[in-house]
Amino acid sequence: MTVMTPIINVLLALILSPLLIGIINRTKARFAGRKGQPLLQPYHDLVKLMKKGAVYSTTTTWVFRLGPVAGLGAVLVAVTMVPSGGMGGLFAFAGDFIFMAYLLGLARFVTVVAALDTGSAFEGMGASREVQFAILAEVVLLLGLAVLAIGTRETSLTGIYGKLWDTSAPALGPAALLVAFAFLIVLLTENARIPVDDPNTHLELTMIHEVMVLDHGGVDLAFIQYGAALKLWLFAALLTGLVIPFRTGTFYLEVMINTAGIFATAILVGVIESAMARLRLVYVPEMLIVGLAVTVASLLWILR
Amino acid sequence: MMMWTDVFILGLVLTNFRLLVTSRLAAVIQTTVFQAVALIAIMLTMTPRPWSLSFMTLSLITFVVKGVLLPWLLSRAMREVKVVREIEPLVGYSASVLTGVILLGLSFLIFIPLKSSASMGSDFLLPGALFTTLTGLMVIVSRKKALTQVVGYLVMENGVYAFGAALAVEEPMLVQMGVLLDVFVAVFIMGITVHQISREFDHIDTDRLSELKD
Repeated sequence: MTVMTPIINVLLALILSPLLIGIINRTKARFAGRKGQPLLQPYHDLVKLMKKGAVYSTTTTWVFRLGPVAGLGAVLVAVTMVPSGGMGGLFAFAGDFIFMAYLLGLARFVTVVAALDTGSAFEGMGASREVQFAILAEVVLLLGLAVLAIGTRETSLTGIYGKLWDTSAPALGPAALLVAFAFLIVLLTENARIPVDDPNTHLELTMIHEVMVLDHGGVDLAFIQYGAALKLWLFAALLTGLVIPFRTGTFYLEVMINTAGIFATAILVGVIESAMARLRLVYVPEMLIVGLAVTVASLLWILR
Repeated sequence: MMMWTDVFILGLVLTNFRLLVTSRLAAVIQTTVFQAVALIAIMLTMTPRPWSLSFMTLSLITFVVKGVLLPWLLSRAMREVKVVREIEPLVGYSASVLTGVILLGLSFLIFIPLKSSASMGSDFLLPGALFTTLTGLMVIVSRKKALTQVVGYLVMENGVYAFGAALAVEEPMLVQMGVLLDVFVAVFIMGITVHQISREFDHIDTDRLSELKD
């Protein structure tokens, strides 16, 4: 049981994460008054892409081929460390939240390098924007995790999330909600959702994340899309564990509540995407600065 | 119960940040409604039940004045002067937010020595109240539009009100009513003045008013 339970967490993430994308799309469709694509469409897309071969431009080198593989690998490793509510991740060690943050950084790095490797001007532009926003988002994410670590006096994600709402007097109390707000901003930024980036845009000039993967096809694109879904799952899990203010202690109940919370997060993202317009690029750093301010506020709150 | 007080104080702090970051006047005015809700919620969660009739009446009146009447007056003034955005603040929005963080730190710092002596409510109420007051001040000095400055004044008063809640919940009703009436009249007059200024001079930028000659 004790060995099996964290594995179930990871398996759920591996199996259900593309469904999150489907839910977001369905929510957006409902808001727009459309019926929307089937919920399982992302799975069909992945299967279709996996059946195709990859085409490589002659200007690209091994860096381009490394990108999707290393990116997916890094995200896969990161997912194993993410706890589901009070139930720990598969791996937990001191400081693993920093490791997780930089695994995500590594995934981004290889994607950016692969984009630059194509030599396309559009991809270079997307890479530059991606990195520009990532620098700010990473500060917010790390600072938020640091606040959680200080508040709970734990240094692993499993420990942090286990202790967060465990006792009758929560370590962080309402300050956790501040961090959650900041994490929501990070989630939207890191996963290229609407106030920052429009995943459905068809104009390369306005793309950020999508433009970087334009030249990938077939299996490579499947890897990238699957990696993106897993990353969304990861951030949604971090957010859910923060917001749900109780721990049941029973494994299956905990997993069920958290999975429901993750899907609720996907619906929330869909609602945000439907209700908000995309921000002008110059305002995106401003939004992230608000996230930073809120995180610092939560730090002050727990240190007072 | 205390937990909820903290949550609402936190909401108050968040509305302050929203005030510092938004440029749309409609959003600024809407924020004052949120602040009124947060204030009332703080009062209600802090006061042990059963609530006395006078307390409930006072809460209701406070909410009606702060959360309904004043925002309505302000949005009416906004419609009449046809100003939608604060275009060129003296301090930019990112800088305002970062200043806000510093102000929040300062508020926490100031109340460290007083933490044990504050008998009522939660540890966060006094810093939260001071932060609200400072935010109001910040808005008054850093924004140009007269309407935003009126909102700044209102927010300062909200901070003072929260102070009152922290230090003297059983404050005489008459005093509270007096304060409320003062604020109401002040904002009422300011709303009219803003309208007059805009009609006379085609704008409500306060820094250009200093150039007037008779």
